Amino acid sequence: MDIVYTIWLRSMKRYVRSKSRIVGSIAMPLFLLVFLGFGLNSVVSATSLGQQYVMFLVPGMVAMSVLFTSVFSGIQIIWDKQFGFLKETLVAPVTRIEIMFGMTVGGATTAVIQGIILMVLAVFLGLRIENPAGFLIALGFMILVGISFTAFGIAIASRMEDMTGFQLIMNFVVFPLFGLSGALFPISSLPAWLEPVTLVDPLTYGVEGIRYGLTGASQINPLISVVVIAGFAVAMTVIGAYLFRKVSV
Amino acid sequence: MTTAIHAADLTRRFGDLVAVDRISFDIEQGEIFGLLGPNGAGKTTTLSMLSTMLEPTSGTATVMGIDVTKDQDGVRKAIGIVFQDQSLDEELTAQENMDFHGRLYRIPKETREQRTEELLKLVELFDRRNDIVKTFSGGMRRRLEIARGLLHHPTVLFLDEPTLGLDPQTRNHLWKYIETLAKEKNITIILTTHYMEEADRLCNRIAIIDHGKIIALDTPDRLKDSIGGDVVTIRSPDTSKITTALAVPWINRVETHDGEVILTLKNAEQYLSTIVTLMNEEKIPITSISVHKPTLEDVFLSFTGKTIREEDVSRKDAMRMHFRMMRH
Repeated sequence: MDIVYTIWLRSMKRYVRSKSRIVGSIAMPLFLLVFLGFGLNSVVSATSLGQQYVMFLVPGMVAMSVLFTSVFSGIQIIWDKQFGFLKETLVAPVTRIEIMFGMTVGGATTAVIQGIILMVLAVFLGLRIENPAGFLIALGFMILVGISFTAFGIAIASRMEDMTGFQLIMNFVVFPLFGLSGALFPISSLPAWLEPVTLVDPLTYGVEGIRYGLTGASQINPLISVVVIAGFAVAMTVIGAYLFRKVSV
Repeated sequence: MTTAIHAADLTRRFGDLVAVDRISFDIEQGEIFGLLGPNGAGKTTTLSMLSTMLEPTSGTATVMGIDVTKDQDGVRKAIGIVFQDQSLDEELTAQENMDFHGRLYRIPKETREQRTEELLKLVELFDRRNDIVKTFSGGMRRRLEIARGLLHHPTVLFLDEPTLGLDPQTRNHLWKYIETLAKEKNITIILTTHYMEEADRLCNRIAIIDHGKIIALDTPDRLKDSIGGDVVTIRSPDTSKITTALAVPWINRVETHDGEVILTLKNAEQYLSTIVTLMNEEKIPITSISVHKPTLEDVFLSFTGKTIREEDVSRKDAMRMHFRMMRH
């Protein structure tokens, strides 16, 4: 545990110091929330949502900031590889599993903090969380999404030599996962042939879970959501740990 | 004296390339041992195997009696490493880098803080302890890495090219630290270098390594003695006849190399005028002539037939090509 804490502590120190990154990764979901939310608010019929579109969008944007921050945190190991710091960690008398867990917990923490910042900003845009339990449910789902995708980032980074493949992963894996997740629109509004694809996307369950917590309504039973996203988090952690074990510097 | 490091037939292959080829040596406790050779000779690979970062293809090695393949954590606890490439977290302060290391090695808080202070003072970075490493110069980073490598009180310290890319003044400074360390803390130090002066000044014993093999292993003085006297270098536009002109018993060796003729003989100063006379008799023009005491460079040349710089160019390119291929 102390090793996991040590590596987590380092992520926290680095996170607090990277002011531009904190602001930078909040900007995109916040702008989307404001532009899309208010821009489409009157266009999108409220009946199919049961609420204002901008409020429908909040959980999706929270999920987005958690998703992008966690993938990026995981992939950052490549910097550690290139700047040599990973060697220092790998030559210490600690197991690879401990290192990987520390990195995952650290990445997930930063991602969840980013999500909370966005949630707080959303309160100024009109978000009302009726009961504290709802907030805790949303937080639980954010943690699971954060763990899943930091581990995903670590798995990718373990196989990559430099950051050149980063754009590729972002555009062809992360963005489609986000787009298909129902963060921007209700799953039911998709054509029938696309719906199964959405249900295969693990992020869908994360988004739906956060939505259930924040708005009290979701299209997928929150119990199913929690089982799927928790299962995905475990699977990604195992895969990430396996691939990280083989990293050589 | 006990053995700190024992290597027997240690070998590492990367595909077809034999990076380290059945090397064997023993290092005594408290010794500063140097691995000297051009880039790509196999020094870092040897160090990586001894420090458990790389599995040997065959052969065995022990550090403080612990087998490097059987008990990796045991070896890791006993050693400290300063890698060839920088391995600090630039976003953290000097103090935080030390702290991270101390926690990784599970050093209790009080000991950790006390040793950090002591070591940062030793490398003269205590005043800068709360500055972000990004603002440090190359020499300061190197000193911090050495301090960090010592934090968990290793019995063996590995230094991979400790002064690579540093200016002469900083290099001198670091040499003094390393000497002090070995003396005061009685740590076994194994360092790799391709700087001859560095090996000569610091090391008790040197293994000259080339193409993955140890070609000579002895104290710097004895290695230089093996040359067989002083070194006389003659430059001439016509080197072809010099060998026959200077076929005299008091010259131990004559080698033509790169437009220069290199002679080895005892008490060279006394024979200089004779050498010049002999060459004048054969009407061989002399551009310049110089005498120096043998250096490790001469030792390297006499064992490999090449200077270490010539080796550097060809081997470096070959290794670079090779590693590029390995990655894909």
